[in-house]
Amino acid sequence: MAATTLVPPPVQDDTFLDSNELVLNMGPQHPSTHGVLRVILKLDGETVLGADCVIGYLHRGVEKIAENRTYQQFAPYVDRMDYVAAVSNGLGYCLAVEKLLDVEIPPRAQAVRVILTELNRLASHLLWLGTHALDIGAITPVFLCFREREEVLSIFEKYCGARLTTHAFRIGGLQYETYDTFEKDCLAVCDLMQEKVKEYHDLLTGNRIWVRRTTGVGILNAADCKDYGVTGPVLRAAGVPWDLRKAQPYSGYEKYDFEIPTAKNGDTFDRYIVRMQEMEQSCRIIRQAVESIPEGPIKGKVGKVIKPPPGEAYVSIEAPKGELGYFVVSDGSLNPYRLRVRPPSFVNLGALDKMCRGTLVADVVAIIGTIDIVLGEVDR
Amino acid sequence: MENIIKTFLLTDLLKGLWTTFKNQKPSKVVTEQYPLARPPVAERYRGAPRLNNHPETSETLCISCNLCALACPEQLIVVTSERNPETKRKDLTTFTYDVSRCMFCGLCEDACPVDALELTQDFELATFTREGQIWDRQMLEEGPLPVRYTH
Repeated sequence: MAATTLVPPPVQDDTFLDSNELVLNMGPQHPSTHGVLRVILKLDGETVLGADCVIGYLHRGVEKIAENRTYQQFAPYVDRMDYVAAVSNGLGYCLAVEKLLDVEIPPRAQAVRVILTELNRLASHLLWLGTHALDIGAITPVFLCFREREEVLSIFEKYCGARLTTHAFRIGGLQYETYDTFEKDCLAVCDLMQEKVKEYHDLLTGNRIWVRRTTGVGILNAADCKDYGVTGPVLRAAGVPWDLRKAQPYSGYEKYDFEIPTAKNGDTFDRYIVRMQEMEQSCRIIRQAVESIPEGPIKGKVGKVIKPPPGEAYVSIEAPKGELGYFVVSDGSLNPYRLRVRPPSFVNLGALDKMCRGTLVADVVAIIGTIDIVLGEVDR
Repeated sequence: MENIIKTFLLTDLLKGLWTTFKNQKPSKVVTEQYPLARPPVAERYRGAPRLNNHPETSETLCISCNLCALACPEQLIVVTSERNPETKRKDLTTFTYDVSRCMFCGLCEDACPVDALELTQDFELATFTREGQIWDRQMLEEGPLPVRYTH
């Protein structure tokens, strides 16, 4: 039994003590927790007094595995953390090791990396939108979203031979050259998404049920976001225009013209709007990158055996869910001495208790959905 | 006024219903009837491993260099060989590949210097036993048998 402590909210009046408090266990086998998350809810009737997360059901010890693998061998494992955004994970890991090795990545490889990570952002947000809407009770979006996600995944399949756990990037650049119709396929996805995002807006944005289920639910303001270290769309929905693609550009993001979508209230509806706009911005980046893919080599000067000099490197990238950081410590041998991942889902999940307090039980499902967690990344 | 129309005529809900309805058109159905119709997988798809033979002499291309076994993160490839006294080269004796632990990352394929080991487009790898997942040299050269599903 995991040690769980529920901190009761400050007592407002004496009647509070007489109320019928109820402890409700939600998950780990619950379809709306997006995996194996267990939440212990303390309820007063329908109102949530506190939520305690129990995690670890999907723990695979990825950081420990890293210590027993060479640098190249560990690359496929990072795909299995955030499996809906495997390409972003691969990029973060490769950038961290490349920083240790101090190698320069050819511009062609950088452009292809940007295209693929942005495509992955589309895939991740589409999956989020479908499942989040399904949690709240709208069944249609999930089918439409998966249909469009399929288009993105087929690009991954044609490019690197796998759809979900892609292993698309290698340390030093890319392993695979782009296939013949790569550019055309990417632009086709952008065109398709532009049209389909309108369809999702028709389905959800104006819908009175959707608006009432999401507006004012799970509010997390900017100050709280900073206190909890929350990043990604959750932070931007609170009005903080913080995006690592702009703040600390990596992989040539400074070359592309795009905006950081933000919102004001920091509630579930705002986070929905921010992610919808992010999909449009991703399409914008993909268009620019596809039109300007330079010619040239796809792999930098990296030997077959990767043996970085002793030292440490931290690189963080803007994954679809927030700041994804990789901290790699090298002792000069073939294996990393220590590897630490800063997973956005795990940090964002920490704010669940704060967001849930005072809401209704049905809203907890909406709030878990809006944080956009992947349990593979939370537990690692 | 606009709000009243919206509230009483349910325009927002009808808009969503219309979007749902638009996608019902038979020409828009994208479902694949999987066991009956097999979707073509991409050329680069990383599926079942195969050990290639020379197309003319049908001798194995593998030079028993053991690089695939060293590249594999799960260490699931075992290559054994014996030195041929005449040619002074290593001859492949056994090649074992544990498909049940394979994550199809493609590192063995990348490591192979002679394109002997290759991940193919076969993706139906289910077996009735765990032992069936451990492929020997013969299985790797011939590939999994095509399955016909009936119902």
